[in-house]
Amino acid sequence: MFDRDRWVEIFETIRKNKLRTVLSGFTVALGIFIFVILYGLGNGLKNTFQQFFLDDAENVLFVRPGRTSIPYKGYKSGRRIEFVNSDISDIEGQFRYFIEYMTPRIFSSVRATYETESENYSNISVGPDHQYIEKTVMMYGRYINEQDLVTREKYAVIGRLVALDLFGQLDVVGHYIDLNGFAYRVIGVFQDSGGDNVERTIYTPYTTQQLLNKSTDKISMFAVTFRKELGHRGSIIFENKLRQYLKEKKVISPRDPRGVWINNLADSLKRNQQFAGALQTIVSVVGIGTLIAGIIGISNIMVFVVKERTKELGIRKAIGASPRSVITMVLQESILITTFSGYAGLFLGILMLSSVGERLDEYFITNPYINLNTAIFATIVLVVCGGIAGYIPAKRAASIKPIVALRDE
Amino acid sequence: MIKLENIHKSYKMGSSALHVLKGINFEVESGELVAIMGSSGSGKSTLLNILGMLDIADKGLYQLDGTPIEKLNEKRAARYRNHFLGFVFQSFNLINYKSALENVALPLYYQGVGRKERQKSAMELLERVGLEPWAKHLPNELSGGQKQRVAIARALVSKPKVVLADEPTGALDSKTSYEVMELIKEINNEGKTILVVTHERDISQMCNRIVRLRDGEVAEDFLTSNRVINH
Repeated sequence: MFDRDRWVEIFETIRKNKLRTVLSGFTVALGIFIFVILYGLGNGLKNTFQQFFLDDAENVLFVRPGRTSIPYKGYKSGRRIEFVNSDISDIEGQFRYFIEYMTPRIFSSVRATYETESENYSNISVGPDHQYIEKTVMMYGRYINEQDLVTREKYAVIGRLVALDLFGQLDVVGHYIDLNGFAYRVIGVFQDSGGDNVERTIYTPYTTQQLLNKSTDKISMFAVTFRKELGHRGSIIFENKLRQYLKEKKVISPRDPRGVWINNLADSLKRNQQFAGALQTIVSVVGIGTLIAGIIGISNIMVFVVKERTKELGIRKAIGASPRSVITMVLQESILITTFSGYAGLFLGILMLSSVGERLDEYFITNPYINLNTAIFATIVLVVCGGIAGYIPAKRAASIKPIVALRDE
Repeated sequence: MIKLENIHKSYKMGSSALHVLKGINFEVESGELVAIMGSSGSGKSTLLNILGMLDIADKGLYQLDGTPIEKLNEKRAARYRNHFLGFVFQSFNLINYKSALENVALPLYYQGVGRKERQKSAMELLERVGLEPWAKHLPNELSGGQKQRVAIARALVSKPKVVLADEPTGALDSKTSYEVMELIKEINNEGKTILVVTHERDISQMCNRIVRLRDGEVAEDFLTSNRVINH
């Protein structure tokens, strides 16, 4: 194996049979190249999907008020239901054993101004628990706390991109910004993996917002996370009980499908995970398919190469080559070529992925990458299969009697 | 040098068997130049294949330089071929992507001889057959006669006990044929045992002894006038 003379012989054979070398090398390099690219793009697609759908807490229920559609206990249908602050504390009292976090949400849009910079942003007015539900990560300063709610402070927690838009820098805690004509003190800057839109959001205390909304205690909706121990089935039970409770509280017919909307993320999460699983399967199937195509390609070429060499191998045997040395020569040669070209294909593929990766965001491909282990495994599979594909005809060629191999056509 | 006793060989042709060699007996002394003649189908190629350990006899005794050639597996056959025998083929059978020098040196590679030494021995033999200036040329740059000289040099490089030539002039014109046969005779004069399979009368007449096969048996075995001249 490590006989220098033998390697010299192999290198000479490779050098003097360029077409053969290029053919088999190209097949393997191309196979690995395409495998890396397709697998990487598939992963990119999956990443985008996960960013879109799997960013928020998985155990969230979004509860929104609606309009009734059935007359009930003297109320006409079409009545608009509204949630108020007391609903929150009532639900918290009622469902203490189900609830992990809970926060009201009031949506508005604001024009934010700092010195000469001005921009429109969405403003969500929330309670402290919202940080955990939305998985918000603080970069500077702090999030809204209970005290802010009590004193109804004009405090703002701004997204990373808001800070960059308005201030041109991130550490802006303590500065004041103008939101629709009111001065708010920036108490925190956050980041969120949910994408640019989330990072262009401003959070304010919901009590402050209610004060500005002519001192109402109305809230647009609320988000609640249930304890993870409940699991998917527990969440369904909680959802049903919560709906029942709210319908009773707001005097809505139990048969009214409207009135209260509850969006259970656990449900959509399950669907999304199934979809993500399907994506993963597609990526794997494409990858395996490419690999199989590559294996077939290299096998064909190995068969062809050995066939072409039958006479040469016969000559070598006639002048004293043992069958074993013939086989190892063919194998070492093919493994050498496939390993080098496989590595080249791997390298080019990864280079290609990393050079175009950034520019594919608009095609819903985020951070296309291939796990290096997967790529190396694929290369090894191809090299081994190329070896096996070469071994079988090489063994046959080596066992052909020299006279047969040398017989003139 | 070579001793054959009662060699039988048949080939299966479907249900029937074709009995090609029906008990061949002969001996070759060291330093002889023997022509094996016979029309096609007489079994001369089969005999040469058995002599060259490219094929195995069904029955009989084959001794080469006192060594019984038996129980041949591929590996042993390869080693024996490498050490005892040199081959010259009708169609030269040079490796087309190797230069003349590399072709000649190849048997030594399989003997495990070092590279420098291989090149040196190969060069000496190319000189011997008069092709030193062509050492770096590929086979397809050589004429038929030159190719056969390269093949002869290759057959000699491993210093074999016996050289087996299968129709060595079959692909050559008569002038070149005679030149090649002259070379073979010269090598024989240096003491090498050589067997030439041929169906050409004039070629066989250049040898010392003719063994004629007919229907798988030795029909004639006689010395030519050459032997008298040589000794």
